[in-house]
Formats: sequence, C-alpha cells, structure tokens
Amino acid sequence: MNIVVCVKQVPDTATERKLRSDDNTLDRDAVDGVVNELDEYAVEEALKLKEAHGGEVTVLTMGPGKATETIRKALAMGADKAVHLSDDALHGSDALSTSYAMAQVLKKIGFDLVILGSESTDARTGVLPAMLAERLGTPQLTLANKVEVEGASITVQRLADYGYDKVEATLPAVVSVVEKINEPRYPSFKGIMAAKKKPVETLAIGDASIDAAQVGLAAAWSEVVDFAPAPPRAAGTIVKDEGDGGVNAADFLASKKFI
Amino acid sequence: MSEILVLVEQAEGEVKKVTLELLTLARSLGTPAAVWAGPGLTPEAKARLAEYGAEKIYVAPSSDVVDYVVAPKAELLAQLVTAKSAAAVLVAATAEGKEVAGRLAVKTDSGVITDAVGVGDGFVADQSIFGGGVNVHSRVRKGTPIIAVRPNSTAPVAAAGAGTEEEVSVTLSDAAKAARVVERVKQEKGARPELTEAAIVVSGGRGVGSAENFSVIEGLADALGAAVGASRAATDAGWYPHQFQVGQTGKTVSPQLYIAAGISGAIQHRAGMQTAKTIVAINKDPEAPIFELADYGVVGDLHQVVPQLTEEINKRK
Ligand SMILES: Cc1cc2nc3c(=O)[nH]c(=O)nc-3n(C[C@H](O)[C@H](O)[C@H](O)COP(=O)(O)OP(=O)(O)OC[C@H]3O[C@@H](n4cnc5c(N)ncnc54)[C@H](O)[C@@H]3O)c2cc1C
Ligand SMILES: Cc1cc2nc3c(=O)[nH]c(=O)nc-3n(C[C@H](O)[C@H](O)[C@H](O)COP(=O)(O)OP(=O)(O)OC[C@H]3O[C@@H](n4cnc5c(N)ncnc54)[C@H](O)[C@@H]3O)c2cc1C
Repeated sequence: MNIVVCVKQVPDTATERKLRSDDNTLDRDAVDGVVNELDEYAVEEALKLKEAHGGEVTVLTMGPGKATETIRKALAMGADKAVHLSDDALHGSDALSTSYAMAQVLKKIGFDLVILGSESTDARTGVLPAMLAERLGTPQLTLANKVEVEGASITVQRLADYGYDKVEATLPAVVSVVEKINEPRYPSFKGIMAAKKKPVETLAIGDASIDAAQVGLAAAWSEVVDFAPAPPRAAGTIVKDEGDGGVNAADFLASKKFI
Repeated sequence: MSEILVLVEQAEGEVKKVTLELLTLARSLGTPAAVWAGPGLTPEAKARLAEYGAEKIYVAPSSDVVDYVVAPKAELLAQLVTAKSAAAVLVAATAEGKEVAGRLAVKTDSGVITDAVGVGDGFVADQSIFGGGVNVHSRVRKGTPIIAVRPNSTAPVAAAGAGTEEEVSVTLSDAAKAARVVERVKQEKGARPELTEAAIVVSGGRGVGSAENFSVIEGLADALGAAVGASRAATDAGWYPHQFQVGQTGKTVSPQLYIAAGISGAIQHRAGMQTAKTIVAINKDPEAPIFELADYGVVGDLHQVVPQLTEEINKRK
C-alpha cells in the first residue's frame, strides 16, 4: 500500500505566536518550528498500516525551507521518503490554495491512502482533510479513532457528538486522525541516523503543475483585514482553602450572578 | 435582501441552540434561510426555526444526505447557493460543520473563514486566534462568504420569520456517496446540556482521581445546570467518555463560566476553553498554570472544595 502522510510544521505552542505586521501572515521565522502534534499520530498510523499490509510511507510537507526539520522527524519515526513542496510563491496561501497545491502534488505522486491530522495547532481550521477529499474525488474518512484496511476496503470509526459512526469506503481514500487512535513512537537513535540518508524530493510549484495564480497571498480567497493583541485578562483573585474555599467560590459566583 | 443560508444542527429532531444563534446572527446580515439536511423535520422544529427568524426553510428529506460522510451536505448547500444566489452561508464551527464548510468552499470556489466569533458589515468576521491571544478581522474576498461560527458567540434572540417550507431534491454525485455510514454508535448522553452549547461547563482532570469520583464534578454541574467536561488525562484514563474532552483535540467551548477542578491547564487544554468569559480554577498546586487564566482560583483539595461549593449553591438557590 502506498501511503502518503501529510505533516505540517507549526510554531511551538509553548512560545508566543505572532502575526507579521507587514502582510498579516503568521510569523514563522520568529518561533521554533515543531511537528504539528496530531501529525505524529498520522505518521504512527501510516507506519502501523505499512507494518500490517506492506508498502511504503511517504511524508508530504508544504512549507518553507526550515520545514525540513519536520520531515526529518517523520523519517526518523520510520517513514521511507519525503516530498517537500517549497516555493516562495506559496507564502500566505489560505486553506483553498493550500488544499489545491497539496492535491496537485498528490495527483502527481499517486497514493492509495492519504493520512492527515484532523487539525493543526496554529491555524486550527480543520478543513484541509475534507478539502483534499473534495479535490481528489476520493472518499472522506475523517476524524478517525480507528482505521482498518482489508484488501481494497477501508473502515473507520469517525468521532461524532453522540459517540461514533462506522464508515466504509473503497481505496484510494483520505483519512484524518484524532489523538485517541494510537500512541506515536519515539524515533530511535538508529531511526534518527537512518533518516539522514532517506530521500527527500523538493518540489517547486512548477514541478507539480501548480498554477502560480492560484496560490500565495495575492490569490487567497480570504484575507486578514487587521489584527490586534487581545486585551490581557485582568489578574484573578486566588485564595487558599482554609476550610471555607467552597463558600468563597460560591461568593464569587454569586457576585457574578451565576447563582 | 439576499438570503443567508444557515445549515441546521439538530439532535434527534431537536434544533440545537447554535442554530438559533446563527439565525439571530443571519438576521443582522440579510434574510435568514434555514437548511434542513436529511429526513426528520418535525412541526416543532419548523416552528422553532421560524420563531428565530427563518423566512425560508429548505428541506432535503432524502436519507442519502445523512447516510454518507459530509459531502452530500456540501453538495446540497452548493446547489442552494447557486439556485438562491445566497449572499453567505453560516455553519456551526463544530468539527463536522467545518468539514462541510471546507468542501462547500471548494465546490463554489469561495473563501472560508473558520471559528468566527462574530460577523459584521460586509461579512467581516471576528476571529480569536492563538488561544485567544490575538483578535483578527478577516474577510472572504472571492465567491460567496462561507463562515463557520463558534457556538456561544451570539445570544439567541427570537424574532419571528415566515418559516416557509420548500422541499429541495438534491442530485448527489457518485463522489459524494463514496464514504458510507454503516452504523451509528450512540453513547450515553444524559440529561445535561451539550458541552459546546452550555452556558456553564464544569470540568474535571487527573486530580479527580477516579471514574467514581467524577460524581463530585457532576454534582457541581447539576447544581449549576452545567455541562460536564474533562481533560485528556481523565478521558485517557477512562474516567469519563472521550466526547466530553475539552481541548485542542477535544471540544472547543466558550461558555459564560468554566470551572476547572484538578486540571493543570496544559496548553492543549487551554486551547479548548481559553475564550470562556469567566474562569474558576480549583487546584491543590498554587503553581498550576490554570491559575494564570483564572478570574477566581481556590488553592485546595477539590474533594473538599467542590462538594462544599455544591452544597453552598444548593443552599442559596
Ligand atoms: C491563525 C490562522 C487562522 C487562519 N484562518 C484561516 C481561515 O479562516 N480560512 C482560510 O482559508 N485559511 C486560514 N488560515 C490559513 C491556513 O493556515 C492555511 O491555509 C493552512 O495551510 C491550512 O490550514 P490548517 O493548518 O488550519 O489545516 P488543518 O485543516 O487544521 O490541518 C489538518 C491537517 O492537514 C495537514 N496539513 C495542513 N497544512 C499542511 C501543510 N502545509 N503541509 C502538510 N500537511 C498539512 C496536516 O496533516 C494537518 O494535521 C489561517 C492561518 C492562521 C495562522
Ligand atoms: C496531541 C495532543 C493533544 C492533546 N489534546 C488535549 C485535549 O484536547 N485536552 C486536554 O485536556 N489535554 C490534551 N492533551 C494533553 C495535555 O497535554 C495534558 O496532558 C492534559 O491536559 C493534562 O490533564 P490534567 O490537567 O487533567 O492532568 P495533569 O496535568 O496531571 O494535572 C492534574 C492537576 O490536578 C491537580 N490535582 C491533583 N489532585 C488534586 C486534588 N485532590 N485537588 C485539586 N487538585 C488536584 C494537580 O495539582 C495538577 O495540577 C493533548 C496532548 C497532546 C500531545
């Protein structure tokens, strides 16, 4: 099975994230980049499926040059090779452009299964997996906490408000995973060393038949008009429980008219 | 005025509160038109939609619309966007709502804004990003604005609309029928308000200690008419079902009041509750990061503080 797993580099959530004042896009230079947490679960699921069914796992990342760190991490976990879509023309792409560009690459490299995280920690739109399924015309098996493949048929448990849906489809398909699905492995020392020798193909937009007029800030279907830091939360009152902590909390709730 | 399509969220035939919020918002933007995707529109649901301002109620009663994942809803909305020359589409910013918005955006070649907390003139949306740290105004500039709005962003206010029902027959493509729902597994729901919709949420974390001890959290929630939430530590331990997880990979809630008991306040948890209007924390560790967010905090053992608080609330009612 030919599995492509989409991995995004995101700013470390522990650092302060900013938008750039010149073009209102995320300032990716100012912060350390890490692998989007949920994408580690996507990589793990891809590796497990490969272990069970054979095949190959390819990492796909769209992002600036420094996103290679993210690719190395996924390769160190055990993925076989990577494709890095990197081009200045992509800077400022919104979800429509990003899904278009990634779909073009996926069509070029081919796949039986595409696996993504269900949401990134920076933009948190959660729309990319559905958009890719739409653009590729393949079944959408998203928000999965369990994936089973048998021959060409695939079944997932899709999380829902009330529990879950059992969903069936035929490969090729697009899957997104939630963090309940598995426990991502840590790269071993051997894995980290091996990752350095694994092939990483870097593509510019022209290499994947991506139309420059459909990507980047100028093409974006949506735009940030302006932004401002949220007013800081007023410092709260912290009391130590001296036997009447519950009563104190009730007084506070009453002062706010919750009781 | 042009129509603003609102995709109805419902549970077993009952219209969810977020839909009433979206209809209220839609009234300030144009003519609200509710879209009921699938079978099961009852007279009660119809009346409810009209009560909150729906001038039209489009119904696509075919069960195909709900028997396949997401794509049919996007095709239905795309069909209506064209047929009715809709000015905008509003959906609830739930995991599935956002997926519908995403596919619809591709289909109609339109921009999409997710997690809006408000929408104003010219369909300029307010977004609160980076865990509430930055406020953004954003705008769709191509196609029909498709906006996913967070539950609890607008107070629902009734103002009657005509509620004229119109049946829509949707022609689904083969691609829309590629992922079939073969079984729906419903887990216990209980009588409490739904997590993302509740005005008050009481959440428990690892500090609660066990599944049995969650009764302490439930007791407080019931005294306040609140929903119960949980941290990932609590859902992973099996103390509380996963659909009650609050956080980055669980539900995003923005209630009037959020009470966190025995929760440290990890960044992933904060991502799901940081926009709550008032935050109260109960934790025995004075250094717990949750206190940085709290409007009111009690440093103490939750097993003492929470039951006392519950008793006090019940006394004062
Ligand atoms: C704060 C903020 C808010 C934004 N709001 C909007 C908005 O409202 N509308 C809009 O159109 N755009 C928006 N954007 C732009 C958006 O970030 C990009 O289009 C982004 O590439 C796709 O969105 P996402 O990261 O939210 O993807 P999600 O759909 O949240 O990500 C799901 C999965 O897709 C995969 N994935 C996502 N991006 C990549 C990538 N570059 N390479 C490889 N895999 C990837 C990963 O597996 C990830 O887990 C916003 C950006 C920021 C920083
Ligand atoms: C990809 C990914 C996604 C994640 N998504 C989420 C998510 O959606 N939601 C989420 O919550 N987490 C999420 N996490 C996990 C998150 O990082 C934390 O591990 C988790 O939130 C911790 O839960 P907790 O606060 O209950 O537990 P802990 O961090 O262990 O904190 C327990 C707290 O309880 C206090 N305590 C203990 N006993 C008592 C007592 N008797 N009385 C009062 N206080 C007491 C302790 O002082 C401590 O502060 C995610 C992690 C990853 C990697």
